[in-house]
Formats: sequence, C-alpha cells, structure tokens
Amino acid sequence: MAEPLLCVRGLRKRFGGLVATDGVDLDVAEGEIHALIGPNGAGKTTLITQLFGELSHDAGEIRLGGEEIGALPTPQRVRRGLARTFQITHLLPDYTVLDNVALAVQARQGHSFRFFAEARRDDGLRGQAKGHLAAAGLFHRAEVKVSDLSHGEQKQLELIMALAGGPRLLLLDEPMAGLGHAESEQMVGMLSALRGKVTMLLVEHDMDAVFALADRISVLVYGRVIATGTAAEIRDNPDVRAAYLGDGEA
Amino acid sequence: MRNEAMVQPVPVPVAYGPLLATLVLALALVVLPFAAQALGQPSLVPLATRALIYAIAAASLNLALGYGGMVSFGHAAFFGIGGYVVGILYQSFTADELLFGLIPGTNQLLLTLAAAMLAAGFLALVIGALSLRTSGVQFIMITLAFAQMLFFLFVSLKAYGGDDGLIIRRRNILFGLDTRDDTVFYFVCLAAAAIMFWGIARIVGSRFGMVLAGIRQSERRMAAMGIAPYRYKLAAFVISGMGAGLAGALMANYLRFVSPDMLHWTKSGELMIMVILGGVGTLLGPLLGAAALVVLETVLTAWTEHWQLVLGPILLVVVLFTQGGLRALLRRLGGGR
Ligand SMILES: Nc1ncnc2c1ncn2[C@@H]1O[C@H](COP(=O)(O)OP(=O)(O)O)[C@@H](O)[C@H]1O
Ligand SMILES: [Mg+2]
Repeated sequence: MAEPLLCVRGLRKRFGGLVATDGVDLDVAEGEIHALIGPNGAGKTTLITQLFGELSHDAGEIRLGGEEIGALPTPQRVRRGLARTFQITHLLPDYTVLDNVALAVQARQGHSFRFFAEARRDDGLRGQAKGHLAAAGLFHRAEVKVSDLSHGEQKQLELIMALAGGPRLLLLDEPMAGLGHAESEQMVGMLSALRGKVTMLLVEHDMDAVFALADRISVLVYGRVIATGTAAEIRDNPDVRAAYLGDGEA
Repeated sequence: MRNEAMVQPVPVPVAYGPLLATLVLALALVVLPFAAQALGQPSLVPLATRALIYAIAAASLNLALGYGGMVSFGHAAFFGIGGYVVGILYQSFTADELLFGLIPGTNQLLLTLAAAMLAAGFLALVIGALSLRTSGVQFIMITLAFAQMLFFLFVSLKAYGGDDGLIIRRRNILFGLDTRDDTVFYFVCLAAAAIMFWGIARIVGSRFGMVLAGIRQSERRMAAMGIAPYRYKLAAFVISGMGAGLAGALMANYLRFVSPDMLHWTKSGELMIMVILGGVGTLLGPLLGAAALVVLETVLTAWTEHWQLVLGPILLVVVLFTQGGLRALLRRLGGGR
C-alpha cells in the first residue's frame, strides 16, 4: 500500500511544563478531507503550526509524499505542496485583495528578483489572480484594501491565497471561526467544491461543518490523538463521547 | 455567488496628481539655479545641491526603512564609506600610488561613484547579512553598533587623516564639465538624484518591490506563500546601502572634504529624520524631508547656535500633526484624502 500523503509519527512538542503535542501519529490520505477536532487548548493549532514549519517540533517525523520535511523551513515546505490558513488571519493589510492574490500567484512562479517591470501591470499575474477571485466570488472586492474587508471576507481571501499556491495538502485552522451562518455555509460550499482536488487537514469546531465535509475525523485531546475514523465511528466512540462530544455543547 | 463573479470591481480612478506633482517638481528643480541667479541669491544653488545629495541618501534609506520595514540606524556607515572612497582614491591619485598595492587612484567622477557604490554595497552585504538575523530594537541597535565601529576605525586611521579627515583639493572630473562651478555640480547631482529616484520607483513597483513591502506587512504571510524573507531583505538592504554610498561620494565632492563626521551616528539620525519628516514609504517624501531639514538647519543656524533645540519641537509638530510627514500634508492640501 502506498504511503499516505501526510504521515506524522511520534510528533512531540513541549512548552515548558506543558506537553502540547504528545506523540501524535496521524495519516492523511491523498484526496481526503481529514478533520481534526478536539476541545480548546488540545493542541490543534500547535500541531498545524509544526506541520507547516513555523514552530519546530522536539521529536518525531513529518513526511509529505514520502519525503521527510520536518527540518525544512516553511517556504520550502510550501514549495513541496503545503499551504495553510490561519485561525487568526495573517494577510497583507496595506495591499488590496488583488495585490494579495497576485503576490500568491507570483510566489508560485519562482523567485521574485525582478526589479524592473511593473508588477501591477503584469497581465500574467493579474489575470490569474482575477481568475482565482472570480472563481471564489470575491472579484467584486478586488480593489478593496484588505484592512477594509469584513472578517468573513478575510477568511475567504486566505483560502483563495492558499489555493493560488496550487497545494497538494491544505491545512485549515478553523476556517469557519467567527463567521455568520451564511458566510459559514458559503465556506462549506467552497471547501466541498474542492473535494477530490485538494487534500485537506481541517481543524474545525463547527460540528455540522465537520460532519458535512470530513471523510475521516481524528480527535485530539491533551496533545494526543485518541481516535480516528469515519463520522459514524467517531460519533459512537465511547472515549470520544467522554472526552469531547459529551462535555458541553459541542 | 455566480452573480458576484460577474460583477466588475469598482474601478480605481487613475491618479494623475502624483504624476503632475512630479513633473512640476522636476521643472522647478531644473529652473532653480537660473531663478536663483535672477533673484540675486546664488547661495541657493549649493544649498539645493546639499538637499539633493541628502535626498539621494534619504531615498535610499527609505527603501529599507519605509518599504522594507528595516529600521536601520546605521546608514551613516554607507554614506561615510562612499565619501571615504572618493577621498582615498583622490589621495592615491595625487600621490600617484597604488591603493593596497593594487588599485590605481582616480579623480574620474564616474569611476569614483561606481567604486563608492560597490564599496558601500559590499559593506551593506556584510552588515546586513549579520544584522538581518535580528529584528525590531535589536536590529536598530546592531546597525548602530556597526556604524559606530566604522566611525572609530576611521578616527584611528591616521593614513586617512584620522579625526581631521581628508581634503580633496579638486572635485572629481566628469567629461569636459567644470565641476568646480556650483551650477554645473548642481546639475550633476540633479542627474544622479533623478536616476536614483527613477530607479527606486521602478524597484518599488516591481515584483521585488511587491515582495519587499509584503515582508514589511507580514513576514509570516510571505513565508506561508513560499517566500523566504531574508534574501529579499538583504538585497534591498544592499541596494539601499549602495544608494547611500552614492550620496556620500557626491557629498565628499561637494564639500571637497571627508571626515569621520560623515560616519557619525548623528548622520544616521539625520537621514532617519529626513525620511520620517518627508513621509515614510513614499517616493518623493525623502526629497521633501531632505530639503526641509537642510533649509531648516540653514535658517535656524543663522538665527541661533542652539538650532537643534528649536529643530526638535518642529519635528515633533510635523510628525504628530501631519500623520505621515510632509508628503501626506501636501497630498491633503492638494485635495487628496
Ligand atoms: N507559543 C506557546 N508557548 C506556550 N504555550 C503555548 C504556545 N502555543 C500554544 N500554547 C499552549 O499549548 C496548548 C495548545 O494550544 P493550541 O494549539 O492553540 O490549542 P487549540 O488550537 O487546540 O485550541 C494550550 O494550552 C496553549 O496555551
Ligand atoms: Mg486553535
């Protein structure tokens, strides 16, 4: 059997006395939408951040498509096919929406040591960027400064920029967080339209969205994966019920 | 969603204002020496020359500081090294000696300017490569420290005049031009400034420039797009250092003198003040800031020897009340936002 697209083994991260990632094993198969759920503080963001190389892990392996990427800096992981969105958006606030997406397109085209031609008149960049915006229904906001966007639009823009990089594996950290009902539905629509085209590791609290989207679900509690399975399996898993689904509104 | 995709983005009005302002400014700068003669104020010409030279240095610093977000407090190092290259090459030229036993001296302006930019660029590569591993206050302090090291090095180098500096008896020569003439030298500096500002405008608008200003806004976002910020920051820092070196070389020619003063941290501070005064991260801001500071200094020194005491509050008022320096003030007066 071929190795899954993402293969994490024995990943460990300690913050002082707190073990935020406690020997995580995780497989994400090519083409699947794999949800990662767990209570607040379980270590979901910390895990994503380590997979993306923004935070170094203390021990363990991270393989993407069979290649160990655990020691690579973020930009090199991106070039190997990783992309992420952030729980709290990180965009370029002084630039317009179109500038942001065009820069993502530019980044994918190789180095940017080009000092002369005007980037904002580069039809190759702008045209592709406009295409990405139109496909996501954000084209009418192309010339708006990012700092003037609504929270929902910023979340959407992050997804568009991640996709503009043409990723093999998309790491999504709570894409629905803080969205209204309609925006949330739109985001679910966008993600489900990507099914089969992009592999996703989806961290999300909105259980309706998770059950609607996920092919498989892993449950993270106190930095450990306590269960992995289909939606039905997870719903019926007594450990999960005790540790997570049972406690509170989730 | 389908409908939205069809809606055109709101068209952005083409901004003719900046273009017009640039043209008016260029015209004014060309006419300036003749107007100064006609008005019987020939001393305006060297004053304007100084402003242009500082404008080149400030615009270069602005590329790193305003566009790239690298708050360098050590640009006097590049400014000063540019000056010393002119002085040292001139010294070897008059003594008819080989510098380091290798390099013949010269008094050809094109050669000395190129050598000054190369030397400053190399220095910026070394300083940048080390200091860009830090950021924030640490970066400010480490660039300051490097510049001060260079300052003390040249103070102690008796071969190059130590504290007293080097006298350059004659300005470098350029084709058949009489560079000793104030108006001729003014136009030489104006040409250099025009090329510099044009070049920076190109860089800022290029793919590189988009990345550079992106890095200022969020390094994390740039990394997430697959762009490693360090190399781009270093390249911008080197270009910035080369520009400051060019300005230093012109200043050494203008003064016909170079001394450790050009390397002193107060010179770094002055360049920073020009950038902030004119408007951080704007194309023409450094020119306005440099002109304002040179004029203020001239007017205030004629008035009181404690001119820096008066300058301080003026700077505070400009920075606090114009929200973005003189460039922003002008834009607002011109009916912009
Ligand atoms: N940089 C850090 N330093 C110290 N502790 C951290 C850091 N980042 C996260 N933590 C802690 O690690 C735990 C997991 O956090 P996080 O990954 O954000 O959880 P989740 O995303 O699942 O809500 C929390 O207890 C959090 O306080
Ligand atoms: Mg989180």
